[in-house]
Amino acid sequence: MKAQFFNEMYVGDDVRAPYAGLLNWLENTPPEELAQKRAEAETLFRRIGITFAVYGSEDTTERLIPFDMMPRVFTDPEWRKLEAGVKQRARALNAFLWDIYHRREIIRAGKLPGDLVWRNEAFEPSVIGISPARGVYSHVVGVDLVRTGPEEFFVLEDNCRTPSGVSYMLENREIMMRLFPALFRENRIRPVDDYPHALRRTFSSVAPKKCDGDPVIAILTPGSFNSAYYEHSFLADQMGAELVEGQDLFVDGDFVYMRTTRGPQRVDVIYRRIDDAYIDPLCFRPDSLLGIPGLMNVYRSGGVQICSAPGAGVADDKAIYTYVPDMVRFYLGEEPILQNVPTWKCADPSDLKYVLEHLSELVVKEVHGSGGYGMLVGPAATKAEVEAYALRIKSDPGDFIAQPTLALSTSPTFVDSGLAPRHVDLRPYCLVGSEVHLTPGGLTRVALIEGSLVVNSSQGGGVKDTWVMAG
Amino acid sequence: MHLTVEHTTTYSFESPRARVVQSHRMTPAASLCQQVARWEVTCDGAHFGADFTDGAGDHITTMTLAGPVTQLAIHVSGAVRTTDTAGVLRGHKEVVAPDVYLRKTRTTAPGVGLAKLADRLAEQDPRTLEAAHEMTNLVADTVVYTPGATDAQITAAEVVDLGHGVCQDQTQVLIAIARMLGVPARYVTGYLFSDAQGNAHEASHAWAELYVPDLGWVGFDATNRCCPDERYIRLGSGMDALDAAPIRGISLGGGAEMLDISVNVAAQQ
Amino acid sequence: MLSRTAENLYWTARYMERADTTARLLEMGHRMQLMPTADGGLGSEWTSILAASGTSAGFDEKYGEAVDHNVISYMVFDPANPSSIRSCLTAARNNARSVRTALTTEVWEALNRAYLEFNDLERTPRSQLDLPQVCDWTRRQSALLRGCFDNTQLQDEGFHFFNLGYAIERSDNTARLLDVKYYVLLPTIDMVGGGVDNYQWATLLRALSSHRSYHWTYGGDYAPRTIAHFLILNRSCPRALIYSVTEAEQHLNELAQMHGCRTEATSLAAGLLGELAEADIADIIDQGLHEFLTGFVQQNGRLGNEIARSYLFGKV
Repeated sequence: MKAQFFNEMYVGDDVRAPYAGLLNWLENTPPEELAQKRAEAETLFRRIGITFAVYGSEDTTERLIPFDMMPRVFTDPEWRKLEAGVKQRARALNAFLWDIYHRREIIRAGKLPGDLVWRNEAFEPSVIGISPARGVYSHVVGVDLVRTGPEEFFVLEDNCRTPSGVSYMLENREIMMRLFPALFRENRIRPVDDYPHALRRTFSSVAPKKCDGDPVIAILTPGSFNSAYYEHSFLADQMGAELVEGQDLFVDGDFVYMRTTRGPQRVDVIYRRIDDAYIDPLCFRPDSLLGIPGLMNVYRSGGVQICSAPGAGVADDKAIYTYVPDMVRFYLGEEPILQNVPTWKCADPSDLKYVLEHLSELVVKEVHGSGGYGMLVGPAATKAEVEAYALRIKSDPGDFIAQPTLALSTSPTFVDSGLAPRHVDLRPYCLVGSEVHLTPGGLTRVALIEGSLVVNSSQGGGVKDTWVMAG
Repeated sequence: MHLTVEHTTTYSFESPRARVVQSHRMTPAASLCQQVARWEVTCDGAHFGADFTDGAGDHITTMTLAGPVTQLAIHVSGAVRTTDTAGVLRGHKEVVAPDVYLRKTRTTAPGVGLAKLADRLAEQDPRTLEAAHEMTNLVADTVVYTPGATDAQITAAEVVDLGHGVCQDQTQVLIAIARMLGVPARYVTGYLFSDAQGNAHEASHAWAELYVPDLGWVGFDATNRCCPDERYIRLGSGMDALDAAPIRGISLGGGAEMLDISVNVAAQQ
Repeated sequence: MLSRTAENLYWTARYMERADTTARLLEMGHRMQLMPTADGGLGSEWTSILAASGTSAGFDEKYGEAVDHNVISYMVFDPANPSSIRSCLTAARNNARSVRTALTTEVWEALNRAYLEFNDLERTPRSQLDLPQVCDWTRRQSALLRGCFDNTQLQDEGFHFFNLGYAIERSDNTARLLDVKYYVLLPTIDMVGGGVDNYQWATLLRALSSHRSYHWTYGGDYAPRTIAHFLILNRSCPRALIYSVTEAEQHLNELAQMHGCRTEATSLAAGLLGELAEADIADIIDQGLHEFLTGFVQQNGRLGNEIARSYLFGKV
């Protein structure tokens, strides 16, 4: 069973290079001290966790995400490859978004069926022909990666709207540095704490054309009842941006303003953490109370930049996902560095047939679903669950895609019995503005339940600090 | 034809509104069908800004009014020289792919009644001019034009069950059927000159455009069972009535809102 | 600072002060019941207490008769009564929570703990609840919050908006409380004399925690004129109208200095303070205490509205 999965720490009985320093430390640290550090980590995280809970509502199902103090480690060459691959993907996705809202060359060239775009809910006709600053639509691209071997990385999905979780990347590192300063002295680990600054630089670089001088940046949150509110306020604080709600902003003439005690203040760049449908009742859902009436007109006339741009979500749809390698070739003229997971589209009759015949081996997902909800993990499912799921697929095949069950790599994780391998994935955060920037690190999610391949926090997943060793 | 338009939309609020924000799609774009000689949209005390031309070629303007607002009147005054192109939209600058207009919207979503109507036309190639005319007539027969109120939120599927409606309802039914048959279709608003005989129904009007390969976008007016000609001024378009609305607005505050509209479309000698 | 942040801080303070006032009113009502009246029964001030809190209409509609347990249910626990201790605590906490980042941990915890403890209190069977204890608890929470705020918050814009909330709310509450009992301070009553009215004055002072300080200041007997003076024009009494208006004016001035410009609200507060500074208690009583108080509540309300307008409170 064990041999089936790539263990990031061991090859047979030999420790892999990136983990050598850690192993050395582990062997030289008495178990009592490890246990004590573990307890300390828990206390620290609980303390931060308390603030998570305070910000979230008691009425929602906000939970603390467990933190594992064993870091996940990448060597410099490993990271270089990942970095090149993620940046390549982020550029291709943005080129694709520009294209489908302008000349739609990829569809004309027959590389991607137009229907997938035009009938997609996330496609936004009202921004066709509109050019966001620097042609960037998705300013923060979260690419979810899994590993199956020393050189084998696969992209599970892209997140082009407003990927969350980056506050964990920053907080996890804070805790690790506080607990194990010696580890950081002995291992040259690249820092991640410039992320908020890089985020700010990215947003400043996409100020709208009507903005003169230093752009004013605001983070738009649905409010303190949102489960990600902690992250919104954390980032605003770290970036030195104002954290606003819809009611703080209003449109007057050509611009968007925020209400301040010194009078109206113009806002140039809005990092919104609200879905398209809710940002402007005059353009989208007329019943939205969160939105700012007239915002889309100001955006479309070049008075404000909205990040991510409205309509960016079409690029991270699971049906579009299968074409991302083609996008890389089409727009960049390069071979994709990172591979997609092979995907069967149930909309296709022959794929559907295959999927239904092999359900117990596959992972099946809803095209528009997210967060690990509503998916079937064939090998882990009971016969009854598989049968019930088959009925769902048959009733609307177009809503489902299927992928092989990947042999996700494992990383050593502290569990009750000591250190044990657990499956992990990785979400690095790629920033796209005047330059494409990838912070050396990311959010490693770990399936804490033995044998589980589902890392989502909603399904019993935890998080780890992600180390990238300096070259 | 040289048409002049005088159009006033007056909003009265029971209790003063703290602020009014509107998005206007009320300025006609030039094409081979219409040359705009003069056009002006005004409103006392309002601030106009954030204007642009969208992908479909419509001019959009934003109007804001700081409160307290108890009443506001938007005046449209203009003159347009129109040419009859037999309904074909010629020389209109736009960049939206026609297939985008196959998307579903809430008010044009398929339904059982709509599917039955669409089935009646299934025998022929729907992407022809003839088929489009047939669709138009079928809608005019099925949805009897009845002046007076239907709910502005009503969907095409509900209208078919009801069997009557105003031009907005007929147009949305036509669009829904066309899309079900795979023909891109969109909602168009504008003005219509009624001649002395009173042949046309509404001065502030709505009709559909269907995409016919080789010809491009062609207008079809189910209310009047015809294609738009020189009596029509085209203001703007959208996926459905809500999306194409000449005025989309919101005002801050409670209480009832009264709406008064006066439209005059005249032909100059 | 975002207007919404200022607004939330301002209302956190107002609601907490209002909870405090409600508790004081209840305490006063409770005490009145223990006093004999001239007609041989026991007193009941519940009706005037409901009037002072401005919630009579809501009460009458829901409960009818103003007896103990009804009034307590309504004034302590009823979420439908916007001035109940429960409503005020909830509103104060909701306001604070949406500006959590603008508050120190101490301030937030003082408020949050009060809210959570109140929920526990609510689960206690009513028969085991002791009204004076509930009132005492509420006043302590209010004092704790204010203490935490003054001791831990940065004295920035938010500090001034928070304290503005206290000042505006307190002067409104004092004026309303006085107005409900203004007739006991009238000269005619004075002439009628008689010991029965003494306890009304005493209770009024008690409700404003000014019973002992009154004696320290004026010594001797109760006299309507000096009581009125104490609660309206005495700058050393923290419940006096002039004290709260001075506070409001000072915080608005600080804001004006920070912003580099005065607002309508700054001028309005200065005007109101000027009027009070010039006022003479004899004139006020001659011209009608009730009229004076009604006028003051209106002017204070106008100042509140002007603050909201000048600093862009509310959606625009």
